[in-house]
Amino acid sequence: MGGYTFSELGSIFVMQGFSGLSLFCVYLLMALGLAIIFGQMGVINMAHGEFLTMGAYTTYFMSKLAVDHFPALVGIYFPFAIILGFLIAFGMGYLLEVLLIRHLYKRPLDTLLATWGVSLVLQQVFRSAFGAREVSATLPAWLLGSVKPTETIDIPLNGLFMMGLTLVLSLLVFIFLFRSRWGLKVRATTQNRVMSGGVGINTKKVDRMTFAVGCGIAGVAGAVFTTIASTGPTTGSLYIVDTFLVVVFGGAASLVGTVASAFSIAQAQSVLEFFLTSSIAKVLTLLTVITVIMARPEGLFTIRVRK
Amino acid sequence: MLEVKDLQVSYGQSEVIGNLAFEVGRNETLAIMGRNGMGKTTLMKALMGILRSRKGSVKLDGKDLTKMESYQRVAAGLAFVPQGRMIFSALTVQENIETGLETADSKTIPDDIFALFPVLHEMRKRKGGNLSGGQQQQLAIARALVSEPKVLILDEPTEGIQPSVIKDIARVLNEIRKTREISILVSEQVLSFTLAIADRLLVIDKGRFIHENRRDQVDAEKIKQYLSV
Ligand SMILES: Nc1ncnc2c1ncn2[C@@H]1O[C@H](COP(=O)(O)OP(=O)(O)OP(=O)(O)O)[C@@H](O)[C@H]1O
Ligand SMILES: [Mg+2]
Repeated sequence: MGGYTFSELGSIFVMQGFSGLSLFCVYLLMALGLAIIFGQMGVINMAHGEFLTMGAYTTYFMSKLAVDHFPALVGIYFPFAIILGFLIAFGMGYLLEVLLIRHLYKRPLDTLLATWGVSLVLQQVFRSAFGAREVSATLPAWLLGSVKPTETIDIPLNGLFMMGLTLVLSLLVFIFLFRSRWGLKVRATTQNRVMSGGVGINTKKVDRMTFAVGCGIAGVAGAVFTTIASTGPTTGSLYIVDTFLVVVFGGAASLVGTVASAFSIAQAQSVLEFFLTSSIAKVLTLLTVITVIMARPEGLFTIRVRK
Repeated sequence: MLEVKDLQVSYGQSEVIGNLAFEVGRNETLAIMGRNGMGKTTLMKALMGILRSRKGSVKLDGKDLTKMESYQRVAAGLAFVPQGRMIFSALTVQENIETGLETADSKTIPDDIFALFPVLHEMRKRKGGNLSGGQQQQLAIARALVSEPKVLILDEPTEGIQPSVIKDIARVLNEIRKTREISILVSEQVLSFTLAIADRLLVIDKGRFIHENRRDQVDAEKIKQYLSV
């Protein structure tokens, strides 16, 4: 590998690996929501990326509000932006489910088209409302700077923060799904909708909640996203294809699979990107994913029980 | 308790249940017997709101269930143990039972359930899908019971189950009927099991009742004839 010394190579791997971790966080947060929604109601939400964009714009406006009117709050607005990002995406998700999605259950192709339409509409709404130019949130001072564990390694603080948040959020999702009554209902409905109704679960209500929560998680992903990149009308849609890849690769039935697959795809892309061009990196990743899926159509991880 | 009038159910153009009427009394066990394909499952599913009925009404304790969805019927007091058990195979035994608690006041499994089915307590951490058929049947009954139903509906609970476990299930059904004072509606093909639990039995053929008997006056030979052929 031309011209790099051994220790330089090591540092490159660590730093590219780290930037891969930031990508991993975005993928994971997007994929969690997408996978839960897909598992619960078989709906592929093409507009999922736009909920990320909503969260990102929310954060941007919170920061603008703080900078313009309440300078004292610049250091602390961020946690509130995350909460508001969640609430807005949650609310819009809820509305979308009530107005559109629930009329299209059992028609997967129609939901695909309809949500794709919603995605385009939302992008145009963003463009008209906030302009086509990319905007960046003003980050609080404690998110800037980096840590230098060695001479050649440089790890940005915002990346570390993002990772921490992703970890917390994923844990919350796990707890929600596997320790709460709502999670139990989601998992039951995911497995057998008719029987879930037969044991007394209001599956439509569970659908609405699940869809809204999945969108809310994307909203949080958007808030977190502003710490590593700027926001434009199409920000979310740039990630939607990769996120689908993550969900399919990991196996829609398994959250552990989603985590593992988000990690490997993000790492592969980011490390390969440094040595090759980014499109070749994409091609290589895609080829690997396709090969694996041909060998294991249900994804990397599946739950093994008698059917 | 459960009052069915004029019930008619079809798949597309083909009518499977035609104008059925019957009643399950308070604390009574009623068995519906019939050969394969005579409409037992269709009837049970229509009672649970899983299939829409074309005509007729279903009332529970005077309350009209006809327009309700499944989960509302469970809330009203029906509970369902379907043919093929339909337990949630990727959920643990404990979680499977907990899904039935949706309409119950307390969200923890009452102890008497595990007293009825000790084997479920031993296996409560295992995935439901890894239980044997007989254990799954007990699980499906437990899941239905925790919703504290007024009427328990079971669709062929003995299908594919060995005789000793069938006896167990009969014992459990008799016990819960006594202690919980509930009504039971069961569809069956095994006459000995039916005679062990039912107060009254109806024979269904092509979606219509062709024979009715109280247990003490049962003509076993005649019913066997209906069930064979
Ligand atoms: N989804 C369906 N679409 C069309 N016809 C159906 C459907 N389900 C069942 N049937 C038909 O309805 C009739 C009654 O079926 P049903 O399952 O109610 O019988 P059953 O008495 O429960 O039989 P078994 O003892 O085998 O369980 C059968 O002739 C069957 O072919
Ligand atoms: Mg049947």
